[in-house]
Amino acid sequence: MTQTPIIELKNLNKTFGTGEEAVVALDDINISIYPGEIFGIIGLSGAGKSTLVRCMNLLERPTAGSVIFDGTDITSLSDKALRNIRRSIGMIFQSFNLLMQRTALDNVCFPLEIAGVPKKEARSRARELLRTVGLGDKEKAYPAQLSGGQKQRVAIARALATNPKVILCDEATSALDPTTTQSILALLKELNQRLGVTIVIITHEMKVIEQICNRVAIIDKSHIEEMGPVDEVFRHPRTQAAKKMIFPSGDVVEEVTGYGKLLRLVFDGNAANRPIIANMVLKCGSPVNIVFADTKRIDDKIYGHMIVQLPENEEKVRQILTYLDMEEIAYEEEEYDVQ
Amino acid sequence: MFSEGMFSLMGTGLLETLYMTVVSTVMAYLIGLPVGMILVVTDKEGIRPNPTINRIVGSIVNLLRSVPFIILLVAVMPVTRFIAGTTIGSTATVVPLVIAAAPFVARMVESSAKEVDRGVIEASLSMGASTLEVVLKVIIPEAKPSLIVGAAIATTTILGYSAMSGVVGGGGLGDIAIRYGYHRSQTDIMLVMVVILVLLVQIFQEIGNIIARKCDKRIR
Repeated sequence: MTQTPIIELKNLNKTFGTGEEAVVALDDINISIYPGEIFGIIGLSGAGKSTLVRCMNLLERPTAGSVIFDGTDITSLSDKALRNIRRSIGMIFQSFNLLMQRTALDNVCFPLEIAGVPKKEARSRARELLRTVGLGDKEKAYPAQLSGGQKQRVAIARALATNPKVILCDEATSALDPTTTQSILALLKELNQRLGVTIVIITHEMKVIEQICNRVAIIDKSHIEEMGPVDEVFRHPRTQAAKKMIFPSGDVVEEVTGYGKLLRLVFDGNAANRPIIANMVLKCGSPVNIVFADTKRIDDKIYGHMIVQLPENEEKVRQILTYLDMEEIAYEEEEYDVQ
Repeated sequence: MFSEGMFSLMGTGLLETLYMTVVSTVMAYLIGLPVGMILVVTDKEGIRPNPTINRIVGSIVNLLRSVPFIILLVAVMPVTRFIAGTTIGSTATVVPLVIAAAPFVARMVESSAKEVDRGVIEASLSMGASTLEVVLKVIIPEAKPSLIVGAAIATTTILGYSAMSGVVGGGGLGDIAIRYGYHRSQTDIMLVMVVILVLLVQIFQEIGNIIARKCDKRIR
């Protein structure tokens, strides 16, 4: 990508506390997020991802490094200028964070009120936004009367009110059931395509990343371990942290005993139409033990993912690997003791 | 046992008590609400942490809160005379009442405001709200039900304080109770005053609870 990033984090560091009690939350983070993309940041709890997203709009001040939004280093701005910039960065949260004493409509009006938009204009814009998120009939409802998914829709409408260039999502679907999660993700994707708004998603769920992200960064122990297009990271995870995130199948592998090599296979859409494993077994004349199998949908393409245990015979293993190479199936050796 | 003069005396006493209570409560809130907000905002978990201001304001509040009202009543008499021109009567009593109640109100306001979800405040900051906007448009409206219950508690406390001012001729129901009940040993009159005060407390508290429930949109 040759365009200029909309958000650029450079050598970002965040340390909480000082001296002996200091805790490093983020360590030398470098990320560039480009206009129009859906960028995912995935990590386990405590990895630093919430702190990371809060550094993007300076809800959290980094200890060192710079945060460049749309060409401006916002860490050096005055309070007033920063508040202006924040209007171009919408944010939604795991717990929705709606004003409980305001109706859905007034919640969406809130950022417009702060931006000094005349009340009448604000109300009509808020109405339009509620319709956009599919809640045209709920404008008079208070948050307490709405379901989780509806609350998040109001929050999305609110985040969109000031026409932001970026929407930051902090575990936005983590408090929702699977069906509602799907519908919220679909809405975000639709808004991304229709309005061209850049979306940054923080999550601990690989499914969220697979479903709507273009690129992903994997954060583990305050570091960015791996970053790249989702399908690439998925097919060829390089680091242990990435593997753990993508294939939470460690428990399965741990229970397998024996000495045969474990092989992780990734089939892309084309291979899914052919009986690869069956042919492999027939051709090489040796059975394999299927330890784990799953399919994933990434960027609207289906990927199969399987872990097989190979025979102990070296010659057979060579034959199998040759066969897989010929069929152009991506594989990787898995260790028994996945940490 | 009650002459007609007694009834009119009680009527005046009731009005004086209501006057002292309402005026003092309003003025205590004019001071206590902003002070309470300063305490919340400058708290180390607040949106503008400032340990110095927080400690200074907090100490003044604690200092005033720790002086028993009956002593404060006497101690601030020079201030009362300076502001009200006299130290007896219900208008004069408003001065010590406000001095005693404002710090109490500040702490009540502080505790109500701290109930507001941190996430909602964070969300409004992310939308570019200033500190003042967060206070006026988020903290106060979101804490409204709790603030109203707090106001009812503050009103009834001030009502109780106002009765105490009878000791120094402060007017109102407490004054009657002390003059007739204590100095003249007319226990029946004192009992009537106590009953009226009890009823007033019940009424104020109940009104507060009803309004708080009515305006709270969280329960539907």
